[in-house]
Amino acid sequence: MNKKTSLRMLSVSVLALCALLLTVACSKKEEQPANNMSNTMSSGQPAMAPAATPIDPATVATVNGTVKFDGAAPKAGKIDMSQDPACKGMNEAENVVVANGDLANVFVYVKDGLGSRTFDVPKDAVVLDQSGCKYHPHVLGVMAGQTVEIKNDDQTTHNIHPTPKDNREWNESQPPSSAPLEKNFAREEIMLPVKCNQHPWMKMYINVVKSPFYAVTDKSGMYEIKGLPPGDYTIAFVHEKLGEQDQKVTVGPKDTKTVDQSFKAGGE
Amino acid sequence: MGSGRHDLRRAFRAPSSRCISLDPRGNTLKAIPATYNAAHHAFAVFTACATLVVITAGALVTSNDAGLSVPDWPTSFGYLVKVPHFVGGVRYEWSHRMVAGTLVSLTLAIALWTFLVEKRRWLRWLAVGAFCTVIAQATLGGLTVLFFQPPWLSTAHATVAQTFFCIAVAIALFTGRKWVEEPPRVEFDSRHPSLFTLTLLSIVVLYVQLILGGMFRHHGLSWWPHVLNAATVSFILTWTAIRAISVYSNIDAVRRPAIVMLSLLITQLCLGFAAFLSRVAWGQGAVQPELPMVASTVAHVAVGALLLATTVVLAIQVWRNVPVALAERVPQAQRDASAA
Repeated sequence: MNKKTSLRMLSVSVLALCALLLTVACSKKEEQPANNMSNTMSSGQPAMAPAATPIDPATVATVNGTVKFDGAAPKAGKIDMSQDPACKGMNEAENVVVANGDLANVFVYVKDGLGSRTFDVPKDAVVLDQSGCKYHPHVLGVMAGQTVEIKNDDQTTHNIHPTPKDNREWNESQPPSSAPLEKNFAREEIMLPVKCNQHPWMKMYINVVKSPFYAVTDKSGMYEIKGLPPGDYTIAFVHEKLGEQDQKVTVGPKDTKTVDQSFKAGGE
Repeated sequence: MGSGRHDLRRAFRAPSSRCISLDPRGNTLKAIPATYNAAHHAFAVFTACATLVVITAGALVTSNDAGLSVPDWPTSFGYLVKVPHFVGGVRYEWSHRMVAGTLVSLTLAIALWTFLVEKRRWLRWLAVGAFCTVIAQATLGGLTVLFFQPPWLSTAHATVAQTFFCIAVAIALFTGRKWVEEPPRVEFDSRHPSLFTLTLLSIVVLYVQLILGGMFRHHGLSWWPHVLNAATVSFILTWTAIRAISVYSNIDAVRRPAIVMLSLLITQLCLGFAAFLSRVAWGQGAVQPELPMVASTVAHVAVGALLLATTVVLAIQVWRNVPVALAERVPQAQRDASAA
């Protein structure tokens, strides 16, 4: 092979590589608008969102209940906040919060049964507060496209770092007394972890769903989902450590059904 | 070529200040002029030690889950050198960036110094290579921040860090008095596999182990591939060390690193076990990184880096002192053994 041929082959290879890189770059660009849109929108629904399916308010039902923890409740892990003098708060982890057998921080949502219904994205933002070097709430529900307003009430800098599987990852710092961050998530994702890399004990979970039919159990393990149109549904109960459990439920017009659930240690 | 022959003649005229080594194919003996420069060597040693400090600082960042506590790069919270609020993960990440920045300056200095004072051309290029590696390493570090620490990128950052450490240690070795002034005691190795092959194999399995460990630390792999490969590493390194210690005990340059390598291997296995217990067996549900898991893991990373660098030193010394006895070069080499 002479020098000229080698040079020609090298040029062709370089051109082919450039073409390949360009193709990859272009294909990535095509994926971006959805992500960018989700990030830049400060509130409201996606621009191209289809009109919400009407629901007759006179027939809507309610599902409520209590989530229990079977067995001896695990001892809450202690948090050592000494690495930041500005962090003064309750020094207990919130990964399994049990009081009198009632399990808090379980995300409950209608997993299946809504068919092709679409819903308006609420205009009001959901607030995620950083106070006492902890996230409040520890488990948050939000509709896809809905604004999450992130506040820092601490006299220290936090960084907010969601590590999603299906949404776009981001990491931003928020100094004390700074303006709230406004973010949203474009795609449905359950138990999306959020952490602060400055304070490694700070962890919380955001649940992004397409419908407004969700709730998070409070300290007494109770939840309530209102405004559900009559139908057959699968209700999912998801806990960050104990996993997911599902239940089928049928609700008629104006029904109020109680659906209780219990988790065992180890996610059984 | 002509200058090489000229160097050869000069080297034979003044052997005390010249170093002669076999070329990689071992067919000829090539003389390379070199003069021991105490200050240059001391600076090379200092750079190598500083590299270990940076590796330890990096291990502290990962162990404390502080890698993204400073979300921007190359600036830190918008500034290049301004000290941020020094709390939480920022302490580790920012300190790591600062000592790494210092290391880049040290590497630039050693590269320039080597270029100015060093007569061995290959060593000059090695110093340039060191500088390129440290720049690549800094870029990888920045990319891990900008791309939110994907496991493969973070592992590449960890692997290149230890590669740079090996280069820094090699420069320290090549500029040392013993390397420059003492002629090697050449003993040809006719065993199969040769000791040199074993040292290369040791480096390969250590690199595999480093990648598996990095992938585990950065959540890209489970722990068991790293633990399984530890058995392979132990076997190969023990074989290499025993061969070096038992067969070439009369060659200090080979025996010493072999003993150090074996000692570090044992230490590393103990630290790995401690890290496994604190992180995997007992620390799975930990709310935050705890002192035992941080201490054992950081020590495991630092000793791992020392182990790899020692193995590289052993390989270099074996290449120099115990070359493989290829049929075509033994007669020539035996004739020139005294010169080597």
